[in-house]
Amino acid sequence: MRDTVIALLLFAGTFFALVAALGVVRMPDIYMRLSAASKASTLGASCILAAVALYFASTAVTGKVVAIIAFTLLTAPVAAHMLGRAAYFSGEPLWEKSTVDELERSGAWLESKSTDQLAARENCSCSDKKVEE
Amino acid sequence: MTLASYISWIILPLLGMGMLLTFIRVVRGPSLPDRVVALDLMATFIIAISAVYSVASNQPSYLDAAVVLALITFLGTVAFAYYLHKRGSNA
Repeated sequence: MRDTVIALLLFAGTFFALVAALGVVRMPDIYMRLSAASKASTLGASCILAAVALYFASTAVTGKVVAIIAFTLLTAPVAAHMLGRAAYFSGEPLWEKSTVDELERSGAWLESKSTDQLAARENCSCSDKKVEE
Repeated sequence: MTLASYISWIILPLLGMGMLLTFIRVVRGPSLPDRVVALDLMATFIIAISAVYSVASNQPSYLDAAVVLALITFLGTVAFAYYLHKRGSNA
């Protein structure tokens, strides 16, 4: 009985990790890849670690597993947000069929940039025109 | 079918396949942030593989590697994001 639950949890975790890998390969744009990778991989690793805790059923292993799951749940969104923000500010283009860019519309990126970076952006003719407005 | 053979014949090959898929993105990724995302996902795959292998070999000490990797990966991603942010658009 317990082996069946462990096998199911392992398969669910592997499935979600594979979905994350497929999303990273097939999505058209870095922001969608980031979304697929951070969400699905967190769930996949958590399912697999839960199966490990169920298999060993000891306090030491369960403590480690809870620590890993809690740390992943805390840090994966933070890391994904920092990476997406850095990618946006370094001029990474959106998918051409994207319709909404709220960060550009709010103008919040102007305040968050230092002045020398703004000057560098104005001097650089290779950056895309959409960001410069 | 025992749990150990189920893991070594089904789960570990599937995880390895996912890691290969992610490696395609590391090789082909058009820009640096793409590669950072893919490397982050690869680290998650390594965490999962070492956890699964600790079940297959009935040896809980492999989980220590997973703990350390979960801690280090976050630092690596944050450092890369900080570097990309500092670098700005001129590259």
